[in-house]
Amino acid sequence: MTALDKVDVKEGVDQDTVDAVKSLSGKYKYGWETDIEMEYAPKGVTPDIVRLISSKNGEPDWMAEWRLGAFERWTKMDEPTWAMVNYPQIDYQDQYYYARPKSMEIKPKSLDEVDPKLLATYEKLGIPLQEQMILAGVEGAETAPAEGRRVAVDAVFDSVSLGTTFQAELKKAGVIFCSISEAIREHPDLVRKYLGTVVPASDNFFATLNSAVFSDGSFVYVPPGVRCPMELSTYFRINAENTGQFERTLIIADKGSYVSYLEGCTAPKRDTTQLHAAVVEIVVLEDAEVKYSTVQNWYPGDEDGKGGIYNFVTKRADCREARAKVMWTQVETGSAVTWKYPSCILRGDESQGEFYSIAITNNYQQADTGTKMVHLGKNTKSRIVSKGISAGRAQNTYRGLVSMHPKATNSRNYTQCDSLLIGGDCGAHTVPYIEVKNNSSRVEHEATTSKVDDDQLFYCRQRGMDEEEAVALVVNGFCKDVLQALPMEFAMEAQQLVAISLEGSVG
Amino acid sequence: MALAAAKQEATATRLEALSLPEGATWAKAARQDALGRVRAMGLPTRRDEYWKYTNPATLVQAEAPAACLFDADESPIFGQIDRLRIVFVDGVFDAYASDDLALAGVTIERLAEAGATDIHWARDIYGAFEARGQTPVARPFAALNTAFASDGLLIRASGKAAMPVSVEYLHRSETSDAILHHVIRVEEGAELTLLENGPAAARFNKVMEVDVADGASFHHVRAQGRDHERRAATHVFARLGAESTFKSFTLTVNGVLTRNEVVVELTGDNAVAHVAGAAVGDGDFHHDDTVFVTHDAVACESRQVFKKVLRNGATGVFQGKILVKKDAQKTDGYQISQSLMLDDNAQFLAKPELEIYADDVACSHGSTSGAIDEDALFYLRSRGVPEGQAQDLLVLAFLAEAIDEIDDPAISADILSRLDGWLQRHHS
Repeated sequence: MTALDKVDVKEGVDQDTVDAVKSLSGKYKYGWETDIEMEYAPKGVTPDIVRLISSKNGEPDWMAEWRLGAFERWTKMDEPTWAMVNYPQIDYQDQYYYARPKSMEIKPKSLDEVDPKLLATYEKLGIPLQEQMILAGVEGAETAPAEGRRVAVDAVFDSVSLGTTFQAELKKAGVIFCSISEAIREHPDLVRKYLGTVVPASDNFFATLNSAVFSDGSFVYVPPGVRCPMELSTYFRINAENTGQFERTLIIADKGSYVSYLEGCTAPKRDTTQLHAAVVEIVVLEDAEVKYSTVQNWYPGDEDGKGGIYNFVTKRADCREARAKVMWTQVETGSAVTWKYPSCILRGDESQGEFYSIAITNNYQQADTGTKMVHLGKNTKSRIVSKGISAGRAQNTYRGLVSMHPKATNSRNYTQCDSLLIGGDCGAHTVPYIEVKNNSSRVEHEATTSKVDDDQLFYCRQRGMDEEEAVALVVNGFCKDVLQALPMEFAMEAQQLVAISLEGSVG
Repeated sequence: MALAAAKQEATATRLEALSLPEGATWAKAARQDALGRVRAMGLPTRRDEYWKYTNPATLVQAEAPAACLFDADESPIFGQIDRLRIVFVDGVFDAYASDDLALAGVTIERLAEAGATDIHWARDIYGAFEARGQTPVARPFAALNTAFASDGLLIRASGKAAMPVSVEYLHRSETSDAILHHVIRVEEGAELTLLENGPAAARFNKVMEVDVADGASFHHVRAQGRDHERRAATHVFARLGAESTFKSFTLTVNGVLTRNEVVVELTGDNAVAHVAGAAVGDGDFHHDDTVFVTHDAVACESRQVFKKVLRNGATGVFQGKILVKKDAQKTDGYQISQSLMLDDNAQFLAKPELEIYADDVACSHGSTSGAIDEDALFYLRSRGVPEGQAQDLLVLAFLAEAIDEIDDPAISADILSRLDGWLQRHHS
């Protein structure tokens, strides 16, 4: 069993929390591999490989040029070292950048034509790629209303998208949901208008590499005034060995629209590490709202720290116009190394950004994650709630930026970060940056369980709760609320996490 | 890693303008070592992460930028307190203005003299604490100080000091560039209060190494002078033994650039370290508090309380860190950094960090920034308090948590009167 059995847990730490963390680390459920014939591009990354990926996806010239420009830039960049993560140097030339199941050489017209082995893979992961109502194995799904259960899925397997469900129905509502490779071919104007406008090709080492070699990912466009009729999701599966996955997601919520998007990911258990460097760009226009939820469950490596995914991800949302709203929710339990800061650019007046994160690390996992809230518009609001739990020999870091520009008057930020250590060989760290350049904005950063909002406390106490109960409700209740609000697809993982409490947190 | 060419060049230019002081073998060795550290680290640039929020250019350049003299209309601070007074003018010891360096329970010497003695207690501390404080974060100005400081005080308290030792730094020359290095040892069970005040020089580089032995207690209160154009980079490196107490409070009023670094290492169980500061700035004012507290023993307590009141283009910076090592269980760490911005042109830049490797600890940090609470202002005004006075009351209330860190009521009253003076002079 896991090392957690032998650990003396300090007084005051909730046993359910320890059990929940333990159950997560006990056995990686998704560590099996699909035995399937694959086709690889030659190892390494060169301009030829970039061109090859572009041609495999049948892209127009401008896209190939864009990629080559990014590659050129990448060769001049240094890998960042500021995060509190340690890993052996990555040999970027010693891995595959493109891997596709042989059966996908000619793209199947519909999911029915996809290799049954691939479909079975998703079935086994609990993500059946049929437009059916019942989600296999999800507790409570039988009783949920039919409307709430429908989720359109884009299934990305190594470097390619296998297909997307519910496309026809979404089309009726005007929503475009397809793989990014398809979008580049079918909706070049939209892609060209928005791709790279939130995360420029020059953004950072990993994003620039992604810009050069991304193979697939998802594309969403929700037209003005449309409330997307169902949840959209992408499920990323790494299967091929020694292969990096570089997916790119672009979501555009046009004026007054709404969409909830979910992302899940798993990979087989292997002794060698694998690279995953994704970019997610979200454009939110006037009065639109996007919810983006992730349950990140990449293979975390074994108990001795062998293997696992290196997860270097750039995610950013641009609230480009007035009253745009974005909410990031992430549950991070996987990956050997996580480097990820889903961010919000609050450009439009009265736009809002929210970030809710639960990061759990165990064994030799390392996570350096957080968010950036960049307030540019007037009356903008942001909220950050981050819970980090570290066990075994893991290191868990919250790193964030809250920036209030001079013109972002009357803006608000509230940040709360809690960390919990289970056992004496792990670490929990907090590195917030706070930059305030006007005086009508209010910024609050707290990292204590005792400093709960007084009004909320007062309300609870008025209802007859004692202070301790009230604090527990407000602090932990929040964490649970986020988890319970996670879409059904993630309910299985999330249900285990509901037990988590940050009582006994260190800071 | 090799230093960037520009950094190497700037460092070389600065070093060329300085010469190593003479001294006994130990002092020479410490200075040589420190010079080696400066060369290896290089002097900082804005690109260094640790100088992200404060531009070090004017601290690096070979010549100190001129700072015009300022005639304060206030009576000197700490003037009413019974104390042993030691005066430095532009970094030069003033024997006439200073009291006799004799105080019961304390020996006081000057680095310029004692540094020539071969066997001296300070040899184990001089440059050694500074060198320890260079990891994990480089502090090149402190190493520069160790290498080139030719004077400073060596204070050793072996009992309870009869009165506070008060060091006054006067500024009389517009282009003075002063470097002072103090070494303080508070022996087991001894007690010492050190007061510091004054602008010191156009540019001032000061290091203070403090060894607080088991059961000893050290109190430090300083008021940095009001001269608008002065610049200062100061460092305190403190090591605390078991059951010892270290308390440091700094008031900063005006000053175009101030960077105060405090590096505290709690090495004995049950030690207590409090570091606090109140800074008020109007206009061309850049104030940076950079604090690093390391818990390396069981059941220690640390508090960092920093408050800044800013207006009219003033900038406040706080970089604070609590590092709790693996075996520092039962640590109680607290850190608060707050700014009150009196108008829309001020800025507050903060990085309140925690790094924790022990599981049975309680560390909290908070950081807030905002304007005066309109509701509180309204409340006071509705009670008939005039607006200006109401605002002053709220400013003082905001600063109170930091000022409360001063134990001696006479000293805190003195500090409060300075703040009152500032508020009177800076009404909008």
